[in-house]
Amino acid sequence: MSQDISAKSDTVKLLTFRLGDQEYSLDIMCVREIRGWTKATPMPCAPNFMRGVINLRGTVLPVMDLAERLGLPPRAHCDRNVIIVVSHQDRMTGLLVDAVSDIIALSDSDLQPPPDASSHGVPAIIKSLTLFEDRMIRVLDLPIVVTVTQGEAA
Amino acid sequence: MTPPDPMAEIRASFFVECEELLEAMQDGLQLMDEGAHDGETIHVVFRAVHSIKGGAGAFGLNGLVRFAHKYENTLDAVRSEALAVDADLLNLFFRATDHLFDLVRAARDNADLPTAQSDSLLRELEICIGAPPAPDGAEPEIEFQPIGLALDLGCDTDAPPVLTQSPQYDIVFAPDTEMFENGNDAYPILGALAGLGECSVTCDTSRLPGLDSLAPETSYLSWTVRLTADADAAEIASMFEFVEGLCTYTITPVTEADASEPLRNVTGDIAPVVPLLPDTPSPPAANSGCEATAPPAAPKTVVRVDLDRIERLVNLVGELVINQAMMAQSLQNAGLSPHSDAMNGLEEFQRLTRDIQDSVMMIRAQPVKSLFQRMSRIVREASVAVGKEVRLISEGESTEVDKTVIESLADPLTHMIRNAVDHGLETPADRLAAGKPEGGIVRLSAAHRSGRVIMEVSDDGGGIDRARVQKIAKDKGLIPADAVLSDSEIDNLLFLPGFSTAATVSDLSGRGVGMDVVRTSIQSLGGRISIASTQGQGTTFSISLPLTLAVLDGMVVKVADETLVVPLNMVAETLTISGDTLDSIQPGVDVVRVRSGFVPLFDLGHHLGYRPKLDSYIDSAALLITHDDGTLGALVVDEIQDQRQIVIKGLDDTFGRAPGIAAATILGDGQIALILDPSDIIAKSADFKAGAPLKLEA
Repeated sequence: MSQDISAKSDTVKLLTFRLGDQEYSLDIMCVREIRGWTKATPMPCAPNFMRGVINLRGTVLPVMDLAERLGLPPRAHCDRNVIIVVSHQDRMTGLLVDAVSDIIALSDSDLQPPPDASSHGVPAIIKSLTLFEDRMIRVLDLPIVVTVTQGEAA
Repeated sequence: MTPPDPMAEIRASFFVECEELLEAMQDGLQLMDEGAHDGETIHVVFRAVHSIKGGAGAFGLNGLVRFAHKYENTLDAVRSEALAVDADLLNLFFRATDHLFDLVRAARDNADLPTAQSDSLLRELEICIGAPPAPDGAEPEIEFQPIGLALDLGCDTDAPPVLTQSPQYDIVFAPDTEMFENGNDAYPILGALAGLGECSVTCDTSRLPGLDSLAPETSYLSWTVRLTADADAAEIASMFEFVEGLCTYTITPVTEADASEPLRNVTGDIAPVVPLLPDTPSPPAANSGCEATAPPAAPKTVVRVDLDRIERLVNLVGELVINQAMMAQSLQNAGLSPHSDAMNGLEEFQRLTRDIQDSVMMIRAQPVKSLFQRMSRIVREASVAVGKEVRLISEGESTEVDKTVIESLADPLTHMIRNAVDHGLETPADRLAAGKPEGGIVRLSAAHRSGRVIMEVSDDGGGIDRARVQKIAKDKGLIPADAVLSDSEIDNLLFLPGFSTAATVSDLSGRGVGMDVVRTSIQSLGGRISIASTQGQGTTFSISLPLTLAVLDGMVVKVADETLVVPLNMVAETLTISGDTLDSIQPGVDVVRVRSGFVPLFDLGHHLGYRPKLDSYIDSAALLITHDDGTLGALVVDEIQDQRQIVIKGLDDTFGRAPGIAAATILGDGQIALILDPSDIIAKSADFKAGAPLKLEA
């Protein structure tokens, strides 16, 4: 599993997590920390996928429900839900996911471009796909996850 | 050179000092303008210009030096009472100071200013002192040596006769090598001599060998100083006290006869003559080569602190306040008796926290004076541009406001002042016709009132022409053609986007940036702006601002299980709605009777989308909110919890800002609560700023 992480230069490390029965991942370099679920303060008039804001050691951190952001069916929350704090262009955002699974190391060649998904509801939000221990793992394009939102909210 | 350029730091501090000096100049000129000056006033102004010049010279800012020098000459003429101060001259001084300000700014930003204005002002300044036809004769263009000592020629007009009363001395000063080995330097000694009187220094470099035989630690130089000072030889000798035995020096009184003999006849190569003059009664500006020394007019000690450090302190205190709230909550949850030691200690702790917080905020507080001075300049320029004679009266300059607030007030105030001059005041002819003095008055005031800062801009002009305002608003489709508006509603039309009353677009204002922008920027500071006008007597704009942007007193309320904070100063009173005070105008539009008035009800939980509208408001709590225009609105909440100090945290705008949400704060339990802007909520939901009388949501 995670023990065989080699320090090859073309290695990418991915943090994998679950949303419903699907597995997703993010480049670990953009992940700042992982927090347990705390109740978020809802923001009025925010897009649906915005859970609200939480207190991250004195700063106000916006949290989005990643499943809703990706258009997955809404589901009940449980205590195992966690918030992945990511940073993109110096801005921190919390992503609510069902559970964090693992950290995996892959080489670039293991990543395959996704089939053209633009006809589906979520254009190019999935950067690439990979097979890991026979499971398909989707690699998210974080800038799109975080920034398309701005456009939608504006 | 190491990468962090030490010069850059010195340079930065020079510009900071320039700002202070310019402020002192403005003060002095203002005093003179009011006729409240004494002999010292002109000295202060003179010294300020002089110090700026000195510093500018060291940094090679030639444009600045050139202007400051001529300005200084004219000021010197006033100082020596060769030139009498009158209104025209003061006006020129004001403009020259403004220009000096521009030059300093330009120099700081490495920008270039067109020299045309410099030149025309310089000509005016020269004419004042009887413009010597060829100033080059007396004094060639001053050349500043970066190593220069104090630099000045205040005496370009026939100075020598004045100086003959003081005895002159020739001092020859030759340091031994040993003097330098002991850590002494010739420079402070020359500076000290310059402090005694006027002196010119010549450096004798004749003993200096060629580079090949130069021993770097040997002293080769000597100086000849011609000093004109009211001092005896012993006094001069005392200057050499510290280097006694480490140098050779001679002090020879100069007789009238050889005083006329030029000093330059010293053999050998002569370094440039650097004229020295004690510029102030204070210690000489011996080190003005790299930093301008001007003793501040007021003898208060100040420390210059990096704003970042203060920010850090402010943030820490914010954390402290939050932590204290958390502690209070956990003590409460522990079920301690309110009379227990822990609870008493907590109370003490709370008091201390508040004191610390107030003190920290005081650090960031600054008098609004600098802002007001900028405004007086705006008035001067604006009045010239529109051909009106305007006098600015400012009050409460010493009122202290958070620095960040001051900075963000500059633009809105500028706009309001220009408006007052351009639109508020009538033309001189109209004023005379109305029986008013020809010159208009714009009043700018600041004062503290119940935890807020109130700033007012008022003019004694014709007041708002309400018929015209209403007509324009109708023409522009801003209000329905049949709208019946009260006076204050009409006045508030000025704040609508896209409203501009000027019949003709002037250079000054009326370019579409209207009062709505002013209002938006004031609101973003957590402030409010209101307007009052009396026909024929003038218009007053009042801005009410929080003292700080970091902390506020809030009322903590609960709505649909969410905790919200309403700024306490917005809440006029709280009430419980009972059946007999509640009325419904039409389905969905409810009012509550407060004393004799009807106040529209707004269901906060519904407006924020937390829950559907309540079926019945009976027994609900409501906060009575005062709007800028004095009207009231009642916000229905589920529960009023507490009143306390809260720390304001900025909200990320990335995901859109909901109307009515001003910021956020962190509660005692670590949860985030939103801070509301109740006026905004009501305005957005009721659309009532548009003038339509209480058209509630459809």
